[in-house]
Amino acid sequence: MRIDGKAHGIDRSKPVSFRFDGVTHSGFQGDTLASALMGAGVRMLGRSFKYHRPRGVLTSGSEEPNALVTVRSGAQAEPNMRATIQEIYEGLEAKSQNRWPSLGFDLMAVNDLAAPFFGAGFYYKTFMWPKAFWEKLYEPLIRHAAGLGALPGGDNPDAYEKAYAFCDVLVVGSGPAGLMAALTAAKTGADVILCEEDSMLGGRLLSERETIDGMDAALWAAEIAGTLRAMDNVRIMTRTAVTGAYDQGVYGALERVSHHCAASQATLLECFWRITAQRTVLASGALERHIAFRDNDRPGVMMAGALRAYANRWGVAPGRSVAVFGNNDDAHRTARDLAKAGLNVAALIDSRPDAENLAGDVPFYPGYHVARAHGRTGLDAITLRAPHGGEDRIAVEALGVSGGWNPSVHLACHMNKRPIWNDTIAAFVAQDDMVPGMICAGAARGVFSTADCLKSGAEAGLEAARSAGYRGALPPLPQADDAVYNLRRLWAVDGPGRAWLDFQNDVTVKDIKQAAAENYRSVEHMKRYTTQGMATDQGKSSNVAALAILADVTGRDIPETGTTTFRPPYVPVSIAAMGAGAQAEGFAPQRFTTSHLASTQMGAPMIEAGLWYRPSYFPRDGEKTWRQSCDREVNMVRNAVGICDVSTLGKIDLQGPDVGAFLDFVYCNTFSTLKPGRVRYGLMLREDGYVMDDGTTARLSDGQWIMTTTTAAAGEVMKHLEWVYQAHCPQLDLRFISVTEQWAQFAIAGPEARALLNGLLDDKLDDEGFPFMACGDVSVMGIPARLFRISFSGEHAYELAIPSRYGDALFRILVARAEALGGGAYGMEALNVLRIEKGHITHSEIHGRTTAFDIGFGRMVSKKKDCIGQTMAARPGLVDEDREQLVGLRPVGAVKQLVAGGHLFAPEDAPIRENDQGYITSVGFSPSLGEMRALGFLKHGRSRHGQKVKMVDHMRGIETLCEVTDPVAFDREGGRLRG
Amino acid sequence: MRLPCPLCGTRDRREFYYQGAAVALNRPAPDAGQEAWENYMHLRDNPAGRTRDLWMHEAGCGSWIVVERDTVTHEIFSAELIDAD
Repeated sequence: MRIDGKAHGIDRSKPVSFRFDGVTHSGFQGDTLASALMGAGVRMLGRSFKYHRPRGVLTSGSEEPNALVTVRSGAQAEPNMRATIQEIYEGLEAKSQNRWPSLGFDLMAVNDLAAPFFGAGFYYKTFMWPKAFWEKLYEPLIRHAAGLGALPGGDNPDAYEKAYAFCDVLVVGSGPAGLMAALTAAKTGADVILCEEDSMLGGRLLSERETIDGMDAALWAAEIAGTLRAMDNVRIMTRTAVTGAYDQGVYGALERVSHHCAASQATLLECFWRITAQRTVLASGALERHIAFRDNDRPGVMMAGALRAYANRWGVAPGRSVAVFGNNDDAHRTARDLAKAGLNVAALIDSRPDAENLAGDVPFYPGYHVARAHGRTGLDAITLRAPHGGEDRIAVEALGVSGGWNPSVHLACHMNKRPIWNDTIAAFVAQDDMVPGMICAGAARGVFSTADCLKSGAEAGLEAARSAGYRGALPPLPQADDAVYNLRRLWAVDGPGRAWLDFQNDVTVKDIKQAAAENYRSVEHMKRYTTQGMATDQGKSSNVAALAILADVTGRDIPETGTTTFRPPYVPVSIAAMGAGAQAEGFAPQRFTTSHLASTQMGAPMIEAGLWYRPSYFPRDGEKTWRQSCDREVNMVRNAVGICDVSTLGKIDLQGPDVGAFLDFVYCNTFSTLKPGRVRYGLMLREDGYVMDDGTTARLSDGQWIMTTTTAAAGEVMKHLEWVYQAHCPQLDLRFISVTEQWAQFAIAGPEARALLNGLLDDKLDDEGFPFMACGDVSVMGIPARLFRISFSGEHAYELAIPSRYGDALFRILVARAEALGGGAYGMEALNVLRIEKGHITHSEIHGRTTAFDIGFGRMVSKKKDCIGQTMAARPGLVDEDREQLVGLRPVGAVKQLVAGGHLFAPEDAPIRENDQGYITSVGFSPSLGEMRALGFLKHGRSRHGQKVKMVDHMRGIETLCEVTDPVAFDREGGRLRG
Repeated sequence: MRLPCPLCGTRDRREFYYQGAAVALNRPAPDAGQEAWENYMHLRDNPAGRTRDLWMHEAGCGSWIVVERDTVTHEIFSAELIDAD
């Protein structure tokens, strides 16, 4: 219901209508969904996780365990939104969850009746036997019942963003301490970021009836906020919860950018920030805790401070007649404010017999306890228990409960430091530097009165700015309330029935005691056995009470019992916000070659090669399968000329007098003897002796060399070269840099390759002037370019490199000229077949477990010089004749299928692991040879050419008899590439 | 986590590539013997406390650096170019 009179947080002249469970309600601008529903008289907002008990609003902030709803609809529906921080807007649509078929009548509520069987450890005890029941019965049953809310399915259409910010001083929280910290630090000139998870600055001041410097506290907060906003060195981030503290002053923060707007107005739903701060002021305040008593989870039983906040800030209450139950002075403040708001305060119950009434003219019950709450779907009465045991029932519609306040120490504990127990306030508090560079202020460090918080904040702000290198002084401190906060511990009221601690996970006092009785005495074990604190609210309002009860029943004090570990995030963060920008196509960066557009225009399907996209094949009219295109392209290269973009290979430009010596050290074979104008194949080893990569390196001139790497290993090789140079031979005189993106490079392969080039180059080529493995500068229609006579296809072939800006034009010209000569473009499929026919290796063969010896290049490892990997490559196990060696394979039986990944066995052996003799790495249909061909590794393979083995693919059930061949299946003498 | 690159200044750790213990700098001579090489390649301490390890500023200047840091507190004590001396 709405209360007349002053309410800072809402604008009564601006009504806002919204829907909850299909019913239209009206609230005001400034309302949260929780306050608006309270104003509309809705008390029950959802059902609990385990027992499906009716639940209403418990708190007024992000710590809310009960009031979780699904907001919006369709693919945009978002479950588990806290009604206490969800601001309403015109047309907002929200639904209750965890109920079926309806909130009022929920079939799963039967769990509540069966509760005696569902205590702590229920799952572990019940779903153990019989074993066979797990998969068929228990798991589907649990999965059906489990979970809070439901994802909508469908792709998420909302936009999210990641962002970075840097500052001198980060202030977390904008209550009295945070505002003064920000203001004081900002006045020194420091660059300040102030983060506040609420929609406006002020923290607790927005919810209180008090004055600062004679002003209404909420107005004072607004005035300071205005001052801060006007300063150039202050950034204010509202609706932004700091979620985690990380190394070197990095903080995560979730900004709820447009959860308070209709979807049509939103460009971005959430933004996840990484804020790097030199110093941080933790002014995160405190969260109230409950007192457990029988049925204390009934809708209408709330935190006392929240009840007060709803009345003061939003002008709403769950009912006309209210009571307050507490163990501390702050509960009296709630009773006082509620009475001032015009509500009927039926009772102020204080568990301390010697407490004095600070609330004014309200019925006061010192030494009394609330023993029970009544009313299944909404509170209608409470049972009071007198100091000497007599019980009395009072009719109320709302009950505020205060078991004291817990400083919000979470962020201070994110780097493994434990909070300190403060006996006076019976709570854990944070200290400075628990996270390096973090200073704690106000309630977070256990300072509770407004006057003390203002002072603590100003001091922390100044210290933060000073230690970040700024100079300044403490500002004059405003006059404010300095009431002492007295408290006497009370965690639970004894009695029969269930008294609730963790509302979201349905953990009771009895569960904690049972865990202790079963020897789960460690707080971490108790947590996992009972699920206390494991819900989305992480037990913010219940953990301390639970561990206090555990301490009590295990005969230890609370500091000895300790807390569970505080881990980020402080509030739930959607995966969508954390992974912003990485949905669908944006999941990884895309690298396109200069021929990408032309290739797609030719209809080529593109395949991923690392981050690159390369054409698979270029279909022509009448070709129905990829194989038809592939076969044609292979034949084109063998009989005419083919064009292939090879720009994705890594290109590294090395310059200086010592490049030769450097290459001798990184390659296993010798390069220093290479003459300018020549190209050599090189094999690179890892230091452990296995093959890292291969490629060609060209010596363009005395002092300039171009290394090529495979597409896959380009980045790895670049890092490796930097490592070898900087770590092992920094005395060498050379420099190198990756030029992969700067040059477009195309293979021109086939008998007509030279004819094609001679129609294009400004100076004609001949075999004598440009033999196999030559390289040099050329001019293509006036453009300086580089030409390499190298061949991956085994044909007479060249690679022509040109500055990238000419790549598209050159590719189109090359393809047109190739087509005129009876050839054309070829893609990755044909490239693969051509190299398999020639026994050329790729990373399918040099996959990290093969050596130079295995691939038949053992003699390439020069003994005349040291190189990376040389020593370890000589280990006996790496050159053992018994190793699997590279071979070619062809099918010779009835079955003609070869499969990469198939394993090799002697024909007479059973195809079991013990008999395994090798495996197939690459396969392709060779149109040149009219059959499938494979490369693979086989024990003693080099001495078994001509023998038979069988390939078995256990996955697909294929068995093929093969003949072992030389890896080079086509043109073994290499006459074609020299032609 | 942020690392102080000696050339570029303090940068987010996402700009760096992690390699492992700085032991990798002490490459044995080719004839140092099997044991020296096995130790160099495969044996590493796993300290709870101070450690020296190798990072490369891959998305920056390309420098390989030795970072001295604490594996327990994550405090960073120093970062130096590997070919500084």
